[in-house]
Amino acid sequence: MAYIPHTDDDRRDMLAAIGVGSLDDLYQAVPAKYRFPDLDLPEAISELEAASELQALSEANLDVRHNACFLGAGAYHHFTPSVVDHILRRNEFYTAYTPYQPELSQGTLQAIFEYQSLICNLTGMEVSNASHYDGATALAEAVILALNQHRGKRHKIVLSPAVHPHYRQTVRTYMQGMDLKIVGDDDCCRGPEELLPFIDADTAMVAVQYPDFFGHIVDFHRLGEVAHAAGALLCIVVNPLALGLLRPPSDFDADVVVGEGQPLGIPLSYGGPYLGLFTTKQELVRKMAGRLVGETVDSRGQRGYVLTLTPREQHIRREKATSNICTNVALMALASAVYLSVMGRQGLRQVAELCYHKAHYAAAEIGRVPGFRLWNEAEFFNEFVMACPQPVAEINEHLLEHEIIGGYDLGAEYPQLAGHMLIAVTEMNSRDEIDDFVAALEEAAHD
Amino acid sequence: MTEPLIYDLSAPGRLGVSLPETDVPLAPLPAGLTRDVLPLPEVSEIDVVRHFVRLSQLNYGIDTGFYPLGSCTMKYNPKINEDVARLSGFAHTHPLQDPTTVQGNLALMYSVQEWLKEIGGFDGVSLQPAAGAHGELTGILILRAYHRAQGDAKRTKILIPDSAHGTNPASTAMAGMQVVELPSDSRGNIDLESLRAACDATVAGLMLTNPNTLGLFEEHLLEVARLVHECGGLVYGDGANMNALLGIVRPGDLGFDVFHFNLHKTFSTPHGGGGPGSGPVGVVSHLVEFLPGPIVEIVEAGEDDEAPLYGLVMPARSIGRVKAFHGHFGMHVRAFTYMRMQGKSGLRAIADHAVLNANYLRARLRGTYHVPFDRICMHEFVAEGKWDEAPGVRALDVSKRLMDYGFHPPTNYFPLIVHEALMIEPTETESRETLDMFVKAMEAIAREARSDPDVLHTAPHNTPFGRLDEVRAAKELVLCCRPAWLEGAKAE
Repeated sequence: MAYIPHTDDDRRDMLAAIGVGSLDDLYQAVPAKYRFPDLDLPEAISELEAASELQALSEANLDVRHNACFLGAGAYHHFTPSVVDHILRRNEFYTAYTPYQPELSQGTLQAIFEYQSLICNLTGMEVSNASHYDGATALAEAVILALNQHRGKRHKIVLSPAVHPHYRQTVRTYMQGMDLKIVGDDDCCRGPEELLPFIDADTAMVAVQYPDFFGHIVDFHRLGEVAHAAGALLCIVVNPLALGLLRPPSDFDADVVVGEGQPLGIPLSYGGPYLGLFTTKQELVRKMAGRLVGETVDSRGQRGYVLTLTPREQHIRREKATSNICTNVALMALASAVYLSVMGRQGLRQVAELCYHKAHYAAAEIGRVPGFRLWNEAEFFNEFVMACPQPVAEINEHLLEHEIIGGYDLGAEYPQLAGHMLIAVTEMNSRDEIDDFVAALEEAAHD
Repeated sequence: MTEPLIYDLSAPGRLGVSLPETDVPLAPLPAGLTRDVLPLPEVSEIDVVRHFVRLSQLNYGIDTGFYPLGSCTMKYNPKINEDVARLSGFAHTHPLQDPTTVQGNLALMYSVQEWLKEIGGFDGVSLQPAAGAHGELTGILILRAYHRAQGDAKRTKILIPDSAHGTNPASTAMAGMQVVELPSDSRGNIDLESLRAACDATVAGLMLTNPNTLGLFEEHLLEVARLVHECGGLVYGDGANMNALLGIVRPGDLGFDVFHFNLHKTFSTPHGGGGPGSGPVGVVSHLVEFLPGPIVEIVEAGEDDEAPLYGLVMPARSIGRVKAFHGHFGMHVRAFTYMRMQGKSGLRAIADHAVLNANYLRARLRGTYHVPFDRICMHEFVAEGKWDEAPGVRALDVSKRLMDYGFHPPTNYFPLIVHEALMIEPTETESRETLDMFVKAMEAIAREARSDPDVLHTAPHNTPFGRLDEVRAAKELVLCCRPAWLEGAKAE
């Protein structure tokens, strides 16, 4: 039996030490009627057979390594230096539990402290937690933080329609048991100015995205001022890779910054595991969800790290905790810490600029193809919206014939935007690939 | 042994990565929207590698040694899992690709759903929840949605035994429901009289961990489920301890209506120093339509030997999605591989040897450490880390001293209903020799507690770090470091 080291002698002696005659005798407390069900499952296979079965399953997919990819919409194909996975495969990191025993966990604890530092410095915020599941759940937790901050006396969240649709849906799932109105996102084309009338004395938080779901780079100064004047918090959902180039969200006086950390060295992996970023201003630290690592010293006077402010958490406060989160995504936080370290000050800027320039080249080239038109003139980072001459699904089908994974069909979540494609370009897309993409779009338009 | 921070290794102008030049014409950068200062470190690749390798060496993992952390199921994480999860077709597929281009992924997820249904005795499974607590929140929202669909909005109470994990009450509160705590009886079961008294028309359900956090199978489980169902409530199962039940009994057969699995405990996916996990939720037939989605279904049956066509479907009255995309797919790949290799007979063997190992340790240690609920346990048991003859010695001291003997300590101070609890879960992947060495260490520590208690109070001695000052950490609250040059730049 794989991974079970017991010999027949071991089993016999151990049962004797326990004082029972057989393994079956260990289950007297289990109702006899239901004991030992005959499960309808496949029989065991060897490691060799499993490896080839998994290989075959993986090859039944089209992947972004063998096909050009222009699909983003919240998950992006970026370059990851080899260093990152080599560190993730260190057994002492990935086979450890949550660092509850700090004397044996300084590796994880210091790595998380460095992650917190890197994310704070990237976003301009004062406090980062040790991670949340993903961008969507981090936003849902931000909403809970805002409600707690107002002690349940405010009952409204203003949500920009340009926040990722999955994030908005997740917020609504989390909040279905709460007495709360979520407003502002019922019209796809509402910019920050159009959100202002929704903000009032009952508003706990205003949440926007940067760059927004359509790729736009928006200035949230005014929105932040109006939100704060009304006593509401401003939450900004970020793409952290874009912050290699763009002004940090702290410039807009954000109270909470959350986001999806996947672009920072984490593979697409069909949607997960990813990395939920969760940062706040210092004054909100005691309302924060999730684990925090703080600096201290050990009994020998060495600098060391521990989990801190744990009275916020479920294992101490139970139903009064700031969140139920226990397991987070520590290993993904480690991946992003290694990624940000190795990319560094110059590398992250360079990647962000590569994305920016390539996306602008692609947008200009596609804009020259008859029938395609850039949706609007707003500034964008590495994603943009193209009005298409045909249904997006048809175009994407055609692109697949050219081994190109096309953009995101906005009509799926925004009925007003049927026939619009959201196109993402990253440093992984060479000029040749972009030119082939443009040519294939041109061909699709003629079909 | 102090390792510098990555920022301490930084030197202006140093590079850690080589990137290609731009091969397209440059576009003007957006005026007024770019940042001036990017406060990231500047280090070389070898700096990064050595730094993080040295940090890893300050950690203790399952691959370092025995890790009997109760309720965490720290079993061996098979290495093939790590390899297959990184196959290009899995690791480099985009979650929003057309389903026809990711049939391999969907087939794999479908199998995991089907196998979890069979193992748990359920009619539907959603793989979306990201962790155990996330599965709990999902489950309570399903309970709520079900009652409201019956036109019953008055059921707002969730009954939770006092032995439960903290996540249970926290998840309940997050779902907008009210927690009612139930006491345990003298044998470690849920107290039936209290349960009977609490069951009324305001009860939405009961949350139960079985085996419970004492490692004991609830002796009156069928009666407990019957009482809750009779008053119109549903039973939620916390699957943290499912390792003891694989092939032994199916929670769905015992009366659980909603149940979460922990792929990172029972199905061998690694804990990663605190995550990522994966917390799929299984439900009985009348709750399937409330599951979070999307879930994988066969949308077109295959003819003859052809594979069917799989698609992503949102259940009819779904509570909604609980995260972006489809769940922690990388963990689904690992759990698939594990279940596929174990097969039907292997799953039963896992439970058998997990339970055998726990009972063996209990039998060997019960003469030295008091076991307050001393009967045949499942995959774990709880002992007390205190002796009348050694006043002043606490469970924490025992745990810290265990580190000097080369072991990771058990879970401390949980469950709350046992004083000075040491919760010990060996898992099935440990050999008898390892367990015997652990027993020897525990016996030696019990002797030291009486003869030389100070050696326990000041432990650990042989680890790279001594006890850390948690009070100071909370008081001074240093949660992040800024590069020195940034502070200078701000002052200018």
